[in-house]
Amino acid sequence: MRVKTLTIPPEVRSTNRFDFRKLIRSMWRQRWLYFLMTPTLIYFAIFKYGPLWNAQIAFKDFKPLLGVMDSPWVGFKHFETFIHSFYFTDLMTNTLIFSVAKLVLGLPLAVICAIALHETWSVRFRTFVQTMIYLPHFLSWVIMFGVLLVILSPGNGLLNTIIERFGGEPIAFLTSPHYFRWVVILSDIWKETGWSTILYLAALLAISPDLYEAAAVDGATPLQRIWYISIPGILPVIVLVTLLRLGHILEAGFNQIFVLYSVPVYSVGDILDTWVYRQGILQFQFGLATAVGFFKGVIGLALILSANRLAKQLAQQGIY
Amino acid sequence: MLHSKTRDAVIFQIGLTIFLSLILLTILIPFWRVIVTAFIPLDIYTREGVPFLLPPTQWTLEAFKQLLGHSMFPRAAWNSVVITLLGTAISLALTVPLAYGLSTRNFPGRKLIMTLVLFTYLFSPGLIPVYLLITGMKLTNNYLAIILPPAVSVYNTLVMMSFFEGLPEELKDAARIDGANELQLLLYIILPLSKPILLTIGLFYAVYFWNEFFTPLLYLNDNNLMPLPVLLRNILISASFNEYVEYDAFSSASLESLKAAGVLITMIPMFLIYPWIQRYFTRGTLVGGVKE
Repeated sequence: MRVKTLTIPPEVRSTNRFDFRKLIRSMWRQRWLYFLMTPTLIYFAIFKYGPLWNAQIAFKDFKPLLGVMDSPWVGFKHFETFIHSFYFTDLMTNTLIFSVAKLVLGLPLAVICAIALHETWSVRFRTFVQTMIYLPHFLSWVIMFGVLLVILSPGNGLLNTIIERFGGEPIAFLTSPHYFRWVVILSDIWKETGWSTILYLAALLAISPDLYEAAAVDGATPLQRIWYISIPGILPVIVLVTLLRLGHILEAGFNQIFVLYSVPVYSVGDILDTWVYRQGILQFQFGLATAVGFFKGVIGLALILSANRLAKQLAQQGIY
Repeated sequence: MLHSKTRDAVIFQIGLTIFLSLILLTILIPFWRVIVTAFIPLDIYTREGVPFLLPPTQWTLEAFKQLLGHSMFPRAAWNSVVITLLGTAISLALTVPLAYGLSTRNFPGRKLIMTLVLFTYLFSPGLIPVYLLITGMKLTNNYLAIILPPAVSVYNTLVMMSFFEGLPEELKDAARIDGANELQLLLYIILPLSKPILLTIGLFYAVYFWNEFFTPLLYLNDNNLMPLPVLLRNILISASFNEYVEYDAFSSASLESLKAAGVLITMIPMFLIYPWIQRYFTRGTLVGGVKE
């Protein structure tokens, strides 16, 4: 090592020293910038990296009295408990059913709505429809729960009034294991489809009008126009959104399910996140619950990174 | 787009209009039902349930009077206002400097900060580690427990950053030559030009805090601190799982009406700011600044 140091030509060493001085100088020049960012960086250290530090209890037998640091290590014990438990399959199934169904049913509907809006001649009608279908996105799931009760409740719910009018028996949609999954999936589609048309509409508006004019000159029918110009034009966005959603496949909608579910529908409605809440906060199984959250986080990270890589290859643009 | 009004095209337009009207109805009917339920008088309700149409002369504000006359509801609404205003202010105060810093190219450490910020976006350790942090900091029954953990959204930061990046570089250079430091640059040059993005991101934060329901439930045990969504859920749940909830025995509004009225009141602020959000959906355009 010493010999090597000695053999470095003097000009290189001086360059290194020069670089260091330059670094300090440019840091000094930007001192106000660091000063500005310091509160946010401290915030990140505490509230974003603090939880990451606490996540070590996924590998520990956490005792609140001992604290995060001093609780004894147990390795992958919690992860094994979770994977070999009887609820593992149920939780994974429910989580995947919800997120996949929301994607598979919601995305085509959003694309169709966006194309329909784009094709409409009347600007006023289009703006009105847009304004109305974006609205539910901004309402909380608690409000949505109230709206669902007015539609679905067995007593005076609109749907049950109709069922009874036709001589049927009222159905307790929100507490029936047969219907609960559909309630979750369809209410999410009802709430979010309108908002998700925004992306496709933007992509449709970005398609060159020349293409549509050329198609009109060639006498293309409306359906041909959609099939050969609109759909190919927004395909990259569709691919991108699908990949992004696949990256978040373990996010089945905690807020929604937490508000809507109840004991009778746990078997068909419980997802990873709701289970983590009940095990961790209500049953004090902090280590096990953290391990499940950690498991979900790691899979999520792997999925989102692969999705981003795929998106770069397929659509020539990354998500991040 | 060219509108060649051939027979096919007109038939297609009619089909489109029917389709979009159906979509519209699926949105409008539930809201209409909530409104009718909230305004229905008790005697009609007990006689025939909730009709689809209610003659305008029969509408009553009884349910709203009941809710707002009870001490819990106005207090919860006030709590929600406090959480929303405080939360939005703190969020913006923390987001703007980070977004501005990251929009500045080539300062030492930018890449490191960017990586650290992005990592928290891509990997989340879940609920329990945050819960332990907040309870460890003794923040239970404190609004900071609700406001601080989600205060900076990485996504919002990136959106704001790309807006700052889009501002003309000449503007910043001119100010720097005049001897302005980065703090003055941000306060006097950048922020006045960034009203659209500040309003957009601010409104998104505000909507988030107004709607936030789970963390108040988690961290606030004191009923006096309870925000509107938590109270609304309690009203909705008690009604849906127990047919005989105790409420004012002399009430002249049905329980269903009280629920629907609660839903409507909680929605009001959304309706008020919604036109504003809508206006700024598209990225605000920069007018003025540098004249070429």
